[in-house]
Amino acid sequence: MTALATVGGAALGDKLRALGAFDAETCMSCGICTATCPLGIDVLPRQLLRHAALGLEQRIRDEQEVVFSCLLCRACEQSCPAGVHIAQDIRLLRRWLLEQGGE
Amino acid sequence: MALATADVVGILGDNLRLRGSVLPIPNRRAVHWTRGLELRRGGATVLYTGQMYQLVPYIERLVAAEQQLADSPLARFTGLGRRVNRIVNVSAFMGRPSRTERERSEEAPRRVVALLRGAGVEPGCLFEDDLYSGTLAYDLGLDELVAAHARRVQAVLRRHGVRTAITIDPHTTHMLRTIYPTLLDGWDVDVRSYLEVLAGALAPADALTAAPYASPPPAPVSGSGAAAVALHDSCVYARHEGVVEEPRRLLAAAGVAVLEPEQAGKFTWCCGGPAEALFPERALATAQQRVAQLRAVSSECVTMCPLCLVNLSKAADGAVRFRDIAEVLLDARGDR
Repeated sequence: MTALATVGGAALGDKLRALGAFDAETCMSCGICTATCPLGIDVLPRQLLRHAALGLEQRIRDEQEVVFSCLLCRACEQSCPAGVHIAQDIRLLRRWLLEQGGE
Repeated sequence: MALATADVVGILGDNLRLRGSVLPIPNRRAVHWTRGLELRRGGATVLYTGQMYQLVPYIERLVAAEQQLADSPLARFTGLGRRVNRIVNVSAFMGRPSRTERERSEEAPRRVVALLRGAGVEPGCLFEDDLYSGTLAYDLGLDELVAAHARRVQAVLRRHGVRTAITIDPHTTHMLRTIYPTLLDGWDVDVRSYLEVLAGALAPADALTAAPYASPPPAPVSGSGAAAVALHDSCVYARHEGVVEEPRRLLAAAGVAVLEPEQAGKFTWCCGGPAEALFPERALATAQQRVAQLRAVSSECVTMCPLCLVNLSKAADGAVRFRDIAEVLLDARGDR
């Protein structure tokens, strides 16, 4: 987890964990979440969580609209084999983006 | 073009901090639904609306105004709008629903009172102290503001001696039952959806005749309601709060057959409502997908959340009739 979190040169995961129970690093990147998402946006939520786990802050900023588009409906969580708390992770990304000053 | 997300979120957050709701409505409007019901003020058990049903017509007007604004040159000035909103409640000027729209939204809590009284439950009411729960602000990540607001709600409930809050929508249920305990010290209010209260009051014989997930032959019912309906589960009730069996048991016990759409129960499909404040076009597309799933089962559909009701009704554009479960339950007993 540490190696993943530092690839992007920033421990974004640590910043998010300071805001709440962020657990995107437990994602296996299987893609069931994206397949079950009602919105049908390919970045949501698998790629978004991968970017967060890799510490790719600018990628998250670039995807701000996607972060705020999420319905938090938990259709993804219902099928997630790793039990990732996806809706909570998305909420934490929103908090982090708002603290960054948004757009 | 979409309005600047940070500014819109900022306006909603400022409203919660300064005016107690993301979309403040006058107290007289928020409590108008209580007229003539002779509800007790406060007490150990109260009906807590969290203003959700009352807010729906205002949300609809605001979203329509937002869409007009987004397509105009004024869209570049949302930052200025946020600064002005700190002084003057801008949203109050953006969306004023008609009296008919307001009174339609007030029917749900009135029906819930009738249903509870029919089950022998006489709830109190907090009237102007029945505060918004902060649900949208929480979803947007405004946790500190929501925590401060939750403390106000906690103080109000303590002042009125409330031990049990009976909620009428999934979002307020989720906030008060699951989120508030994570934000507050000493939160000890027993929170139950009215659907859980009513299902718990079903006589054993009714419970035995209820057949959730089955498709029994339509039973004759009184009133103008349908004998068989497609049931749309709320994401928040089903996946966040585990309220899945209760609406099915209640409908079956009332003689209304439940027809299950393609995605039901914990695998329900979102109505798109949570995206409406920021991305109304995406919300509509999601709702249209859900309407197609429901329409494949029945042209008579039942919802249990005010946001689901308004979003799906709008997307159906008259092709499917959506009704709130409280209306269907009352109609089935010949008492609207």
